[in-house]
Amino acid sequence: MLLISCPWCGEREEPEFGYGGQAHVAYPADPEALDDEQWAQYLFFRANPKGPFAERWVHSSGCRRWFNAVRDTVTNEFVSIYRPGELP
Amino acid sequence: MTEFDSGPGQTGQQHPDWLWRTPDPKRSYDVIVVGAGGHGLATAYYLAKNHGITNVAVLERGWLAGGNMARNTTIIRSNYLWDESAAIYEHALKLWEGLPAELDYDFLFSQRGVMNLAHTLQDVRDSMRRVHANRLNGVDSEWLTPEEVQKACPILNISPDVRYPVLGATWQPRAGIAKHDHVAWAFARRADELGVDLIQGCEVTGFLRDGDKVVGVETTRGSIRAGSVALAAAGHSSVLAETLGLPLPVQSHPLQALVSELLEPIHPTVVMSNHVHVYVSQAHKGELVMGAGVDSYNSYGQRGSVHVIEQQMAAAVELFPLFARAHVLRTWAGIVDVSPDASPIIGRTPFENLYINCGWGTGGFKATPAVGWVLAHTIATGEPHPLNAPFGLERFTTGALIDEHGAAAVAH
Repeated sequence: MLLISCPWCGEREEPEFGYGGQAHVAYPADPEALDDEQWAQYLFFRANPKGPFAERWVHSSGCRRWFNAVRDTVTNEFVSIYRPGELP
Repeated sequence: MTEFDSGPGQTGQQHPDWLWRTPDPKRSYDVIVVGAGGHGLATAYYLAKNHGITNVAVLERGWLAGGNMARNTTIIRSNYLWDESAAIYEHALKLWEGLPAELDYDFLFSQRGVMNLAHTLQDVRDSMRRVHANRLNGVDSEWLTPEEVQKACPILNISPDVRYPVLGATWQPRAGIAKHDHVAWAFARRADELGVDLIQGCEVTGFLRDGDKVVGVETTRGSIRAGSVALAAAGHSSVLAETLGLPLPVQSHPLQALVSELLEPIHPTVVMSNHVHVYVSQAHKGELVMGAGVDSYNSYGQRGSVHVIEQQMAAAVELFPLFARAHVLRTWAGIVDVSPDASPIIGRTPFENLYINCGWGTGGFKATPAVGWVLAHTIATGEPHPLNAPFGLERFTTGALIDEHGAAAVAH
């Protein structure tokens, strides 16, 4: 089980959290300009690295706030945890 | 049998003869398959058998069938909702029925039936819809009342006094289980006999390219040229494709499973519950084999979180009160690549002569022979087989998804 440090509540156990997948995926700035290929990339394609991965978590059973983290997908070590708008 | 030094304190140990050669890689092959799991081995077998292509290597970074082929819960069924899925899984099931004889290997294929329980009114409606859809596709499928459920599996609790009572189940009599390791070894032995080189301890680290054409692979044992390259690397597909700058719409997650201690035969069939969320069968040797859904987060670590196991056990004990006294013997995880629509990706890639088989997520074992059949066809002819044509990478652009999330009789 992962121990995750919520930036607001501190360290809590994984079942308190929901997972949000890759972080920093911006909604297209000009959606109407996208062709099918570009929409597919936005909707369905996400990074899937073996190693450090910037991802989103939500503290569902706590403060219910979203935050970002960089976690190593092999060791599960959290390299950094940071609030929205902050940098890793 | 080959005698070997068993070391101090151990006597009489023998290693059986190997079922395949251990060749060094040649400088080039007509086809290279990356990944010696069930899918890769079946692909090599059908390349040789169906298409006469025997100058083939299967490259494996670890040992043969040591990834998800060694870690799955061995359930075989074809009762999928959508036409495209039913077609490919039913093709697989028909192949399974003939494979023990064809491969001359008894891998304990046991058509003991698979039951998918319904616990809510919506479950009942969805299940009945799936029964009808299956029948229209020629897949054996029946609806069982709670009493019929208990008759098929007497240890299952059908009391109405539980949080999610059993309201009925779908039943596929031809479904069942097989001994996964032996399936791999059966394909490996026959592929080897047909001339395929099975090369273990040979990790593919990159690709040889001529423009947008793939002409070989870089490996930890040197470069090997190839007419065609097919990826069958499951959870590590993204890592391989990344070396080509080819993004894949899959995410790698741990999928856990576990076995109990060995018990007398008590569980005659396979029971799956989407809603309470566990699936259970009893292996021939006697252990209860259980699994459920993936861990939520991306991972390549081949281990998961203990609360996921606890949830599985809570579900299992709810359905089978008898299990409360059984001990968990072992838990483990494999890394599965989950696609956005919970359907696999099998076909061509934007790179010439490079073929992909990935995205099987939690359900690849049952499809093993069909994957080999259609991927071999795709490689040999350069065109997808009708059974895998709907499963191409391009469906994420066209929008023609095959949405088996939930529809597939189990949550992923």
